[in-house]
Amino acid sequence: MSLDNKTSTEQRRPDRAALAIAAVLAAIAAVIFLDVSRLKEMAGYSQVGPATVPNWIAFALIGLAIWTVVEAFRGDFPEREKQEFGPVIWIVAGLAAQMLLLTTAGFSIATGILFALTAAGFGKRKLWITIPVGILLCLVIWLIFAGLLQLSLPAGPLEHLFL
Amino acid sequence: MTTFEFLLQGLLAAAQPLNLLYALIGVTLGTAVGVLPGIGPALTVALLLPVTYRLDPTGSLIMFAGIYYGGMYGGSTTSILLNTPGESASIVTALEGNKMARAGRGGPALATAAIGSFVAGLIATLLLAFIAPYIVKLALVFGPREYFALMVLAFVTVSSAFGDSTLRGLTSLFIGLAFSVVGIDQLTGQNRLSFGIPDLLDGIEVTTMAVAMFAIGETLFIAAQGDKGPDKVEAVRGSIWMSAQDWARSWKAWLRGTLIGFPIGAMPAGGAEIGTFLSYATEKRLTKHPEEFGNGAIEGVAGPEAANNASAAGTLVPLLTLGLPTTATAAIMLAGFQQYGLQPGPLLFATNPQLVWGLIASLLIANLMLLVLNLPLVGLWVKLLTIPKPWLYAGILLFATLGTIGANPSVFELGMLLTFGLLGYAMRIFGYPIAPVVVGLILGPLAEQQLRRSLAISQGDVTTLVQSPIAAGLLLLAALALIIPLILRARGRGEVLSQMAASED
Repeated sequence: MSLDNKTSTEQRRPDRAALAIAAVLAAIAAVIFLDVSRLKEMAGYSQVGPATVPNWIAFALIGLAIWTVVEAFRGDFPEREKQEFGPVIWIVAGLAAQMLLLTTAGFSIATGILFALTAAGFGKRKLWITIPVGILLCLVIWLIFAGLLQLSLPAGPLEHLFL
Repeated sequence: MTTFEFLLQGLLAAAQPLNLLYALIGVTLGTAVGVLPGIGPALTVALLLPVTYRLDPTGSLIMFAGIYYGGMYGGSTTSILLNTPGESASIVTALEGNKMARAGRGGPALATAAIGSFVAGLIATLLLAFIAPYIVKLALVFGPREYFALMVLAFVTVSSAFGDSTLRGLTSLFIGLAFSVVGIDQLTGQNRLSFGIPDLLDGIEVTTMAVAMFAIGETLFIAAQGDKGPDKVEAVRGSIWMSAQDWARSWKAWLRGTLIGFPIGAMPAGGAEIGTFLSYATEKRLTKHPEEFGNGAIEGVAGPEAANNASAAGTLVPLLTLGLPTTATAAIMLAGFQQYGLQPGPLLFATNPQLVWGLIASLLIANLMLLVLNLPLVGLWVKLLTIPKPWLYAGILLFATLGTIGANPSVFELGMLLTFGLLGYAMRIFGYPIAPVVVGLILGPLAEQQLRRSLAISQGDVTTLVQSPIAAGLLLLAALALIIPLILRARGRGEVLSQMAASED
């Protein structure tokens, strides 16, 4: 990341993304405060209990959120490179598909689809080739890791052919 | 027993066929991930944690250390031939090494990197063996508050001393710390931040976090850069052997690099990157051929490569003797120890000398294996660089999710993987460093325990933390490491620090 500060006049507006980050940090702090508040009475005679450290962390996060707001207004955040979201959507879709299919379709089919969609994100869009290749590859990996190394990888219809 | 006898015993343990095999697997995998851009030793060790769960602890720890060393060797190959560092500690190597490769001197560049890594690895591992017992003795007088101070120092140096922003480094660290308090509190058994979800009671799995941050975040980030056309891999032309003049110019640089790299790795001062930059600057100042710097000076490859391997060995000093990780890879290796119920530190040297010394001795053997793997077989590794990106990253995600599913085959775990992956991607867009999150997650619970123990001893009096001279000194150092870079950056001298960014993967 470059250190160049934005100089043109329209950039004097506060950095919205940085403000959003500050809001997220403050939100995390709020969640911590809320959750550990029910532990307050647990502190022993030394006044340090399970709530102490989370509270300190939450205070620090609030401090960092304020600092982020200051930097957002001063335009101290680095310039972002342009992101292409098409490929990101392909890959996220692949990960989501794997997550949803894992228990029903088994490791090979779910992960094979992840494999194909990731390759699609990087430009290989011929899914009718990449999905079968991916599933086959994952089946081989499943046989090695679940068979030889006894890793517990979920089995589906394909894997049951070998069980 | 003396250190020497322990080391001999360790060598006997390390020379057992099975341990040799683990070391070989480790260094081979390590070289491969070091060569491949986008994945590094930290991610690889994280992926292997669930796979090695059922193996013997000594063997898998030998393998992890082999991966760490191998990653340092492999990274130089990518830097020299592709001008894209395979891992962050090889950034400087790319400066001179790639110029040498373009001038048809890729062979000697690879050779000086590999032999320099070997010399540095050898000396630094021996230093590790001879220094460790003294630090163990020192560590025995450490109480909870000294450990806490030491961890604070590590937190500061990993997150904010280097890199381009104190704010973003600290933010990353505290995000990691916030995640580290999720789950059942170890001292009282209370639920914290688990929101009634059973999967969260055990806390956030280190494997899931590391894999998501390093593999998925990085893949999304690379994919979002769009297609920039294939990178140009320089072919290795001519002899890979170094001429007499190359040797004469390299050996001093190797030794200087080792002497710079080892202490920097051994102090809780962040990654191997810093040593490589210092070594490069030193070589540039001392060289008799200043005109060659920037156009392919062999010293500029020899010194930094020696420094980065020496730092890797140095990092193992605080990890083994104090249980204190100072890089992302070391932090994940600590998680590897914990998975076997082992806590690195002075006690481990007393209760399990076989394991510790076997591990140290195996590093000497691994180092020799790496020299063989990287000099005659360098052509093989170069082929890895020609794997097209779609298959490379599809494969990385395949193995990344395999590791997570192997640790815990649940939909919830994969959901966390995706969420943290998106977090890692967002952090990369905005220039937040990744390593502090992982270090915070792993070291956070240990720091909390030590803090609460020392506060319990003092009955809640916070000033106890600065009442011991050692603890006060360490905290003062941590404060300086936080404040000095802030001042430097405010005065516009931050470029040096941002170049040293510990963007370890």
